[in-house]
Amino acid sequence: MKRKFNLENLDCANCAAKMERNILKISGVDTANVNFFMQTMTIEAEDNMFEEIMKEVERVCKKVEPDLLIKR
Amino acid sequence: MNKKQKKWLRKIIIAACFFAVVFTVDLTIKLDEVLPKPYGIIFRMGLYLIIYLYIGKDVIKRSLKNIMNGHVFDENFLMVIATIGAFAISEFGEAVVVMLLFQVGEFFQSYAVGKSRQSITNLMDIRPDYANVMGINGLIKVDPSEVAIGDVIVVKPGEKIPLDGIIISGQTIIDAKALTGEAIPQEKGPEQEVVSGTINLTSLIEVKVIKTYNDSTVSKILELVENAQTNKSKSEKFITKFARVYTPIVVISAILLILIFGLITKDWSEWVYRGLNFLVVSCPCAVVISVPLAFFSGLGECSKNQILIKGSSYMEKIAKSNVFVLDKTGTITKGNFKVTKINSNYSDKNVLYYAAICEQHSLHPIAQSIVEEYQTTIDKQIPNNYVIKEFPGFGIEARLDDEVILAGNNKLMKLNNIIFNEVNEAGTVVYVSRNGAFIGSILIEDEIKSETFKFIDELNKRNLKSIMLTGDNNVVASLVASNLGITEFHSSLLPHEKVSSLEEIIKNKNEDDVVCFIGDGINDAPALTRSDVGFGMGKIGTDAAIEASDVVLMNDDLNGIIKARNISRKTLKIVKENIVFALGVKILVLILSALGITDLWIAVFSDVGVCILAILNSFRIVKK
Repeated sequence: MKRKFNLENLDCANCAAKMERNILKISGVDTANVNFFMQTMTIEAEDNMFEEIMKEVERVCKKVEPDLLIKR
Repeated sequence: MNKKQKKWLRKIIIAACFFAVVFTVDLTIKLDEVLPKPYGIIFRMGLYLIIYLYIGKDVIKRSLKNIMNGHVFDENFLMVIATIGAFAISEFGEAVVVMLLFQVGEFFQSYAVGKSRQSITNLMDIRPDYANVMGINGLIKVDPSEVAIGDVIVVKPGEKIPLDGIIISGQTIIDAKALTGEAIPQEKGPEQEVVSGTINLTSLIEVKVIKTYNDSTVSKILELVENAQTNKSKSEKFITKFARVYTPIVVISAILLILIFGLITKDWSEWVYRGLNFLVVSCPCAVVISVPLAFFSGLGECSKNQILIKGSSYMEKIAKSNVFVLDKTGTITKGNFKVTKINSNYSDKNVLYYAAICEQHSLHPIAQSIVEEYQTTIDKQIPNNYVIKEFPGFGIEARLDDEVILAGNNKLMKLNNIIFNEVNEAGTVVYVSRNGAFIGSILIEDEIKSETFKFIDELNKRNLKSIMLTGDNNVVASLVASNLGITEFHSSLLPHEKVSSLEEIIKNKNEDDVVCFIGDGINDAPALTRSDVGFGMGKIGTDAAIEASDVVLMNDDLNGIIKARNISRKTLKIVKENIVFALGVKILVLILSALGITDLWIAVFSDVGVCILAILNSFRIVKK
């Protein structure tokens, strides 16, 4: 399943790159793209555990940018 | 500017004003001496500290959070360390300036990025928000993605057409400006196709949906634009990698600098100060932001010109592109026929007149081009009292009483024993005779697009190679090529031979050559994919073209290629400038800091200054 999320408060380009790297380390994630300019995030991951994966994604991203908001 | 940015800016201005006041007072009357020792110095420090905390609160908060998450080389954290260090060696003013300018830089980044984001989101305006579907209980508004093929949707005047479809009732005018740049709205009626993303201007139409939303033109285009940032260029990848190692290296060398030289000289405060300088320039901000921003602006500028590029990696290739392979029909030519020359013994008008009489009912494109030529240049009315008879493979005969007119190929003339002047020119020739006497011939050619001349001219001016691929025979091909100034052509190609011909070209190219293929995407998909850069002529609605090509020319204008090349070259030049400039200044500041020539003011000022200049430089790509 591939889904796109809008982001808020993603303030630095370097952080976006960091997030992307960290998300890709999560098991079950096939592709991840954090688009700083569009303020979007595209995640492709296994269907049956997408929700858990998203929780992990959120945790990982908040570590880099605490104010980040992932709009579902 | 959004709310957050406005608040931010206000904060910066207030802090700057307070700082200016405190600093001037500090310079004129020594604040230390206002109160007896040690209260004087505490009072002075307190004043600066208040401003520092006011402007730096967010940075400190963020750095604390980040440090708890184990991000040691976080720019916020490094700034806090640098400023605390400055406080520790009693450089209060400098500490505040560093924090203040750091905030200015951050603010400017956020503002600049927001600004350029807007230019892209403006393009996103083509996204339809809803579709009016005809239900049992009248119209219901639904998400375009919920509409199925075959459903009937209603588009009211002023609304965006949400899905590709065919008009089943209603006559209206459609504005496709956002999609193709076509300024003149077009009239559309029943049985005609409408494209999603265009705007219905004048009256209500009912449309039968022929593609789901995901397959509709608009979502293909949006997908392309949004995914464009995924295809990162080499320079972007380099910068991301660079940023990962730059900060740790600078921070570690700052620590080493302080420890080693501090131990040797015992002049700790001097070396701590020099080390702090390092920390201030340790943030890779300027390059990290300016390189993708330049590409982003470049992509945005292209899309403003109806050129959609599938990613910045292609911009790098386009900038270097030097071999352009073009398909003839539909790319160089319009793919429709036009009368280009009339040979006659006495009157061109007459030839056209009699030919038009013969051809008036035929649906063959050649016949239609003759009729059109007659109607546009001579007279709308064609006598229709003739009895028309068609001889397939030969031509047409028209009779009225004793008058016999023949229009057709040389075989028709020979068959009727008519003596005629044979024409040996590129194109299709129609010979015309009246009552057994030859009166002239008409030459019909597939019309070359007017912009092709300019395009080939621009290529030749830049010493770029153009190669034409065509199914036409050698005579026609060489005529077209020399007429246009095309340097090389491959003729008599069957459709599938075009790809192998292209492969041959790619095989024989020089190592640095970048081979582009330009086609209309209808049957060129393999060639578009095979080439280094495939330019698809959008012909809105052919999603095959959008999928197979790397660059889509939405307005079907070949000169978009030159534009794309210019923009790409400019973008890459600016990227290079930014990298060299930003890194150059950083290295210079590092050297000066190590030598103790510069102070914190200059370090932070140069850092923020470089960042702002690099961003402004990136904006040069966008033409106002």
